[in-house]
Amino acid sequence: MPEKIKVATASLAGCFGCHMSLLDIDERILDLVQVVDFDRTPITDIKKVGPCDVGIIEGGVANAENVEVLREFRHHCKILVAMGACATNGGIPAMRNQFTLEECLRESYVEGMGIENPMVPNDAEIPLLLNKVRPLHEVVKVDYFLPGCPPSADAIWTFLTELIQGKPIAFPYTQIHYD
Amino acid sequence: MTSAKTELEGFVAEVVDRYGRDRRNLLQVLRTVQDQQGCVCDDAVQTVGQAIGVPAMNVRSVVEFYSFLHGTPRGQYDVLFSDNIVDRMLGKEGLMARLCERLGVEPGVPRADGRVTVDNTSCTGMPDQGPAILVNGLALTHLTPSRVDTIADLIERGVPLQKWPGIYCEVEDNVRRRDLLLGTPFIDGSGIRAVLAQGPDAVLDEMMTSGLRGLGGAGFKTAQKWALSRAAAGHEHFVVCNADEGEPGTFKDRVLLQGHANLLFEGMTVCARVIGARRGFLYLRGEYRYMLELLEHTLAQRRRAGLLGKGILGTEGFDFDIEIHLGAGAYICGEESALLESLAGKRGVPRKRPPFPVTHGHDNEPTVVNNVETFSAAAKIAANGGAWWAAKGTATSPGTKLLSVSGDCARPGVYEYPFGITIQEILDDCGASDTAAVQVAGPAGQLVPKRDFGRKIAYEDVATGGSFMIFNHTRDLLAVVRNFAAFFAHESCGFCTPCRVGTSLMRDLVEKVATGNGTQYDLEEMKHLGKIMKQASHCGLGLTAPNPVLGSLDKFPEIWTEKLKSKDFEPAFDLDGALSEARALTGRDDVHAHIA
Repeated sequence: MPEKIKVATASLAGCFGCHMSLLDIDERILDLVQVVDFDRTPITDIKKVGPCDVGIIEGGVANAENVEVLREFRHHCKILVAMGACATNGGIPAMRNQFTLEECLRESYVEGMGIENPMVPNDAEIPLLLNKVRPLHEVVKVDYFLPGCPPSADAIWTFLTELIQGKPIAFPYTQIHYD
Repeated sequence: MTSAKTELEGFVAEVVDRYGRDRRNLLQVLRTVQDQQGCVCDDAVQTVGQAIGVPAMNVRSVVEFYSFLHGTPRGQYDVLFSDNIVDRMLGKEGLMARLCERLGVEPGVPRADGRVTVDNTSCTGMPDQGPAILVNGLALTHLTPSRVDTIADLIERGVPLQKWPGIYCEVEDNVRRRDLLLGTPFIDGSGIRAVLAQGPDAVLDEMMTSGLRGLGGAGFKTAQKWALSRAAAGHEHFVVCNADEGEPGTFKDRVLLQGHANLLFEGMTVCARVIGARRGFLYLRGEYRYMLELLEHTLAQRRRAGLLGKGILGTEGFDFDIEIHLGAGAYICGEESALLESLAGKRGVPRKRPPFPVTHGHDNEPTVVNNVETFSAAAKIAANGGAWWAAKGTATSPGTKLLSVSGDCARPGVYEYPFGITIQEILDDCGASDTAAVQVAGPAGQLVPKRDFGRKIAYEDVATGGSFMIFNHTRDLLAVVRNFAAFFAHESCGFCTPCRVGTSLMRDLVEKVATGNGTQYDLEEMKHLGKIMKQASHCGLGLTAPNPVLGSLDKFPEIWTEKLKSKDFEPAFDLDGALSEARALTGRDDVHAHIA
């Protein structure tokens, strides 16, 4: 039996919706694990990513920890995939880019309704936020972009199967258009 | 307020009447409104729309398209610095900073008291006598630190522009070499007399013999264009002169218009006789507004001399007249179909071709659109015969060409050469030494390295509309490319995505590499992007916009590779700096508060 392909996934500044969509491939995941081994993913709960063939990232880059995880993925994965709108464009979290970070934090932790003990959190355990939310490709090189919010389970399935078979990636119209 | 509105309505009604209540004159109306009001405000948009019969939305879209039209007030003095690379080499940036400092303004932002705005604009066509500026649309040349100080003072004291020192507004011709076009005598009316004596067919034959090709740069056979238009069926035929000389570094049409306008108008009149046109238009770039009165005066003189108007030279039925239309700061309008759109008072978005203007031009009628230099040459060919022109130049590029020489040389100016002249000969003549590269044909053309200085100016070798910018070895060629990439991003008309998005992405990638954040990956991205733009853009602007990047990557790879930070990927921004706000807000400076 040939060696299995190693895949890792992570969610940065995202909602885990893309990972839910990945799980929506349903029983096809049994076919998938015939050819794929999962490294770090929310499914395996492995904390540190090791050498992999494919890394799939959901969500954009919003804080220092996101940068660290993304760089580890880039370092360890031969192919890096930006999955979904946030990873590709920044998405919903990037809506804060219209405001300064100070305005965002003051609204959330100082001036918003019902706040007790108002202060901007400064615990060293909490990753610092970047001034602006960034899409992945502004921080590391990205090899593939998988569009959608989230990409459908079928789109993810098409992408993974074609990638694994070494084919050029080509989607049916309905998998990446929503009109 | 109501009285102000009534006043505006009265003024607009008067202007619209003056332009014949013709919606095709929308751009001219808007220019006039802006000249008087300082901007085209929302009320003016509504009022003009109602008066001329165009939806307000369309009026607004026209205002927003042209750089010289503004929806919100500019300063009482609107100062625009020509931002061409050659103006920069002559010290434009320092002078602009100096003026901003003296006046206490930020570039592009009107001063709080409404007195002045200082901003950038694309090349104003004065690189042989720069740094140049436009003040309320009028050209000023030869800027120096002391002139900047005087100008700041004049603005602070509110001195009207007409009372500024006349020498500031002097525009020199700087003609350095003359040949067939500029160096041989011409009697006004001799071209028209020739076409009247010999008939249109014979003149068309002479044009064919001359081999004259479009001197704006595209090189289409002029006789063929005229013949096609002549043969095309239509209610009316038109002659349009493209004087939207916007290619940075080009200024030879300015010299022709300023010193030889009779020749141009004669060429247009000859063309009118050949194709059977009764009306002609001169589309003059907004930057050359300062010549408008002079040109109108020349037209009036020609009417008095019977060279224009009804029954030209006493010939029954030979009626032809020329109107001048002013552009408003849009490079794209140099493309002939965009020019025709602009002439019809619309946004200057290039049309789909075919059909071509020869059959479907102005008003969808057969139209000849030629460059200033082409019409001027045509007038002389009509008078002197085709063989006279074809005696110079090369077999496939007959005649001569005006070149606008600027940059690192002792004698910048206009040089007329027979086609086939080598780049090295031009460099020798204009006193350029230590030359590293020449940008021929403007940003849309090519950067020619020293090893290719033996190449010839001709359609079959290095084709050009006339721009010839020289850079010596002390110049940073990447700064040239940056300037050009920013130029295209600014001038893209926004109609098609490959160009609108492509030019901005290209500008950002060039910035990334130039500021030391680039990698080999970015260079590959630029090549990829350039290929897409060249394949998918709607018109020549998008097709040629990647040229400065692709050309320099090919011929001057070292200017790019020496800037690369690493072979690997690098972000376009400072990652650790991106945590600065959070550090300030939390007061943290621990190891996790930084990104290495």
